[in-house]
Amino acid sequence: MLQIDHLTTAAAKVTLDDVSFLFEAGKIYTILGRTGAGKTELLRALMGLNPLTVGTIKLDEEDITERPIRARNMSLVYQQFINYPHLSVLDNVAFPLRRQGKDKVEAQALAGQMLTTVGLGEFLQRRPAQLSGGQQQRVALARAMVKQSRILMLDEPLANLDYKLREQLREEFPRLVADNVESVILYTTTEPREAMELGNTMIVMHGGRVIASGAPADLFAHPPTKDTASVISDPPISFISGFVRNNSLYFSEGHLAPSIGLLLPADGPVTIALRPDAIEPDGAFNAQIGLSEFSGSQTIIHLDFDFGRAIMMVDGIEAFAAGNDINVSIRSEHIMLFAPDGGNITLRNNQNG
Amino acid sequence: MNKFYHTLKTIFLLGWSIFVVFPFLWALSTSFKDANAITSGATYIPWVDFEPSTQGWTSLFTTGSQGINIIGPFIDSAAVTLIASLVSLILGTLAAYGLSRFEYRLGFVKNSDITFFFISQRIMPPIVLAIPFFLMLKELGALDTIFGLVLVYIALLLPIAVWVMTDFFSGIPKELDEMAMTDGCSPIGAFFRVVLPNSLPGLVVAGMFCLIFGWNDFFFAFTLTFTETQLLPVSIVSLNSSVTPWWSLSAFALISVAPLACVAVIVERYMSRGTMSGAIR
Repeated sequence: MLQIDHLTTAAAKVTLDDVSFLFEAGKIYTILGRTGAGKTELLRALMGLNPLTVGTIKLDEEDITERPIRARNMSLVYQQFINYPHLSVLDNVAFPLRRQGKDKVEAQALAGQMLTTVGLGEFLQRRPAQLSGGQQQRVALARAMVKQSRILMLDEPLANLDYKLREQLREEFPRLVADNVESVILYTTTEPREAMELGNTMIVMHGGRVIASGAPADLFAHPPTKDTASVISDPPISFISGFVRNNSLYFSEGHLAPSIGLLLPADGPVTIALRPDAIEPDGAFNAQIGLSEFSGSQTIIHLDFDFGRAIMMVDGIEAFAAGNDINVSIRSEHIMLFAPDGGNITLRNNQNG
Repeated sequence: MNKFYHTLKTIFLLGWSIFVVFPFLWALSTSFKDANAITSGATYIPWVDFEPSTQGWTSLFTTGSQGINIIGPFIDSAAVTLIASLVSLILGTLAAYGLSRFEYRLGFVKNSDITFFFISQRIMPPIVLAIPFFLMLKELGALDTIFGLVLVYIALLLPIAVWVMTDFFSGIPKELDEMAMTDGCSPIGAFFRVVLPNSLPGLVVAGMFCLIFGWNDFFFAFTLTFTETQLLPVSIVSLNSSVTPWWSLSAFALISVAPLACVAVIVERYMSRGTMSGAIR
């Protein structure tokens, strides 16, 4: 069990601001946030690479805040594929075991087993530079896992891989770390899909703070704040500054928004959030097409309404010419409402939002 | 068009090679001449243009009026250069690692200022340094000694080592040290086990520069020695009397160049940064 309390850092481009959390062993925690949200800073602070101004780190009730880096029982896989260039793949993975005091034969045997697990059994004597990017990152992963450390941290490990390799490693990742049942696994990413797919628990960071945490599906369905909704939505969620008047929801003056099934708050300003799947072709709302992007099996269309901008996503590759007008419908069951302070105030007739 | 450029390139490189190699060939040819061959006009090819003589070479290993024994100066030069280069390389590497990895702040003085301070030692004209060096060695009783020259050469070579190694360490990602520490190394362990083995090309370049500057220095070797200690460059000059023995001078020049040429050939393959590829992508 890893407990962090009020972690705060200073004197860096990104700072941590009072981060507290309790991590349990055997679980994968995905830390989601945009660039500069403080994800890497959190891992580096845990590792002891960045100094804390305030806060404590406890591993199984033992305070390790002041422990030297090498004695923290943690492993870190960097976003860049960092390996020891002067050592063979086998010696790279055996390196931490040798530092633990294991003899060369035992260390190499364990390293060989781990490399076989990650699919590099036939490249033991190669240098890291002689491997592809994906293979180099597997070496880094094998080196981090072979130590069986209590905390395994992966800092956007797939970010520098090409699409295919990313998909492949993402699929394999749960299997690769399955043996680390004693470890807390922290996995940072900027991609909501990756965070939701890999994490037992998802932690959302923004501006150096943890702004939300919970089961990925719950967080996606009911983001507690506007910032959380923004971070976990891909393609991006659209926010329109509207208002409620006389129990009706308006995008802007004269533009009534659909609100069937929504329990509207008292009169006043609200932020109306539209996920891309809340908008569909054909309907009563007229918009101009700003941009049309093909994204694999889907098409993302940027729409300019009279009351603001929003993004629509349709299945398949559809041709939408920029500049043309289009009529769309907006599904009220996919609308979310946020108060001016950013809190989620979506209430539906049959459930709480 | 390509053929034209290829021909042009070949001609240029051929011309440049002749320009570079000719002085050595000339020195080699001259080292086998005697006084008659020297004074009878420009001649180049032994047995054809002149009768070869080994007088130039034998005079370097005899003492007295017939020549000068260069074995002593050669050993002195080698000792001073090797010891000073080694110490400079060790101290310079440690200093450079510190400068590239840690932030120092002493009032307004920062890392870049400290690095510049080291380099500034080489910017000053040697004559400015000669008098203080002379006085300091006199106080230490180290004038005209190998020890004194080693001290001075360390002061002269250290900036070169710091400069080259700081630049080299800056190219090695800090994450490599961090990773070594997360893998169980102490900071000093990370340096010796990971950073240093990956710094071989930088060490070779810095070592080469130290050897070249140390071996070729004449000015300090001349001003800080008298009779007890004599380095190779000073010995060469002392050959020059009322009659310049060009044959001995040429042989001497070739001998003094030989060690550096051998070192350059041996370490040439290390003088690239190739080994860092793959450390980080």
